[in-house]
Amino acid sequence: MLSVWAISRLVAGKDLRVEWRSRVVSNQVVPFAALMMVMFAFALDSDTVLKRVAPGLVWLAAMFSLLVIVQRAFAVETADGALDALRVAGVRSAGIFLGKALALAAQLAVLELILLGAAIVLYNTHIVGSGIALLVCTYLTATVGLSFVGTLYGGLAAGAKGRETLLPLLMLPVAAPVLIGATRATEAALGTAGATTSDGWPWIGLLALFAVAFGVGGTLAFGSLIDE
Amino acid sequence: MEPVVELVDVVAVLGAFPALAGATLTVARSEIVLLRGPNGAGKTSLLRLCAGLLAVERGTATVLGVDLVRDRTAVRPRVGLLGHSNGLYADLTVADNVRFWGATVGASTDEVQAAMGRMGLTDRLADVSVSKLSAGQRRRTALACLIARRAELWLLDEPHAGLDAAGRDELDTTLRAAAAAGATVIVASHELERAGSLATRVVQVVGGQVR
Repeated sequence: MLSVWAISRLVAGKDLRVEWRSRVVSNQVVPFAALMMVMFAFALDSDTVLKRVAPGLVWLAAMFSLLVIVQRAFAVETADGALDALRVAGVRSAGIFLGKALALAAQLAVLELILLGAAIVLYNTHIVGSGIALLVCTYLTATVGLSFVGTLYGGLAAGAKGRETLLPLLMLPVAAPVLIGATRATEAALGTAGATTSDGWPWIGLLALFAVAFGVGGTLAFGSLIDE
Repeated sequence: MEPVVELVDVVAVLGAFPALAGATLTVARSEIVLLRGPNGAGKTSLLRLCAGLLAVERGTATVLGVDLVRDRTAVRPRVGLLGHSNGLYADLTVADNVRFWGATVGASTDEVQAAMGRMGLTDRLADVSVSKLSAGQRRRTALACLIARRAELWLLDEPHAGLDAAGRDELDTTLRAAAAAGATVIVASHELERAGSLATRVVQVVGGQVR
C-alpha cells in the first residue's frame, strides 16, 4: 500500500494537472480576484484609506477567491464520481486530504502574490526591507492554514445539497482568525496603520497554531467526512 | 479453491430501509455472475456490500478472503466498483486518468500501457481529453483504470447503460477477457439478452434476497 505522503503527492499532482489543462484558476479566478481589488478601490475611493486598509483587502480578496477555488477543486471530484471512486478504491483519506491541500496551497500562493502586486499598484502600498521576513512568514502560515480549512470544508460540503452556498457559510466564520491574523501581520510587515515589524510576530504564532490544528484535525477527520 | 464472494444470510440496511434481507450468494474465481431483478430489489446494495461500502448488520460476508463484518475497508483496494458514473477526471486525458488510477496501487508504466492496450486506448485515444470521448469510450477508459488498479473483483452496476449495440458487445468481450485473465465479475443489469452471451450464471435478486 502506498504511503500517505506518496498518495498526497499523487493527488496534488493530479489536481495541478487538472488546473494546467483547464486553466480555470488562471483564466477565471485570477481575473475575479483582480476585479475585486479594483471594486474595493472604487468603493473606498480614497488613497489614504486604501493604503491603510490594503492588507485587509488583500486577504479578503484571497479568502473569497479561495471559496471559488475550493468549489472548483471538489466539483472536479464529484462531477463523475471520482471522489467516491477514490474512497471505494481504499485510497488513504489522509493522503487525499493532504494532496488536495497541497495543490490548493500552490494555487493560493500564486494568487496571493498577484493580489499583493495589485495592492502595490492600485493602493500605493510599499514593501519595506525590514518587513520582508515577516511578510514571507505571514504568507506561508496563512496560505497553509487556509488550504487546510478549505480542503476540510470543501470535503464536508462536497456531497451536500446547496453546497455552493453551504461552503461559504461553513468556511468563512472558521477562517476568520486567519483573516485577522494575516491582516495584522501584513500591516506590521508593510508598516501601515502605525504598526511595526515587532507587532507582527505574535500573529505568526496564531497563524501557525491555526495551520497545525486544522492540518492535524483535517488529516484525521477527512476520511469520515467523505465516507458513507 | 476458496470462493471469491461468500455471503450467508446477509442483512444490510440503508437508514431504516432493509436493503438486503438475508442474501446468500457464492461466487467462484473467474465467474461472470449476472444479477437480475426489478428496481429496488437490492442489486446495487449487494454490489456495494461486496465493495465494503455497506455495513453487514447480520449474517456472514467474506470477499477475497476478507471478513466484511470485522473490517470492510480492507477489501476496498482489491475491488473495482463501477456504478453509473465512471470516476474519471474530464479535464485529463485518457492516459492521465489510467496512469493516475494505476499509480494509486503503484502500477508500473508497462502495466498502465498494458491496461490501455487491452481496452484499445493506445494510439489516437491516449492523449484525448475524457470530456471529448463518447459514452462507450469513457466506459472503456474506466475499465482500463480497473485493470491498472489490479482489481481482482469487478462489480459493475448497469455497465451497458448509455452504450449502443456495438458498445455493449464490445463491453461483453472485454468482461469475458477479464474473467479469462483471472478477474471475477459481478454485473447488475436489466439487459435480459446479456444473460446468454455474457454470464456464466444468472442470479435473481428480489426483495433484498438472492434466488
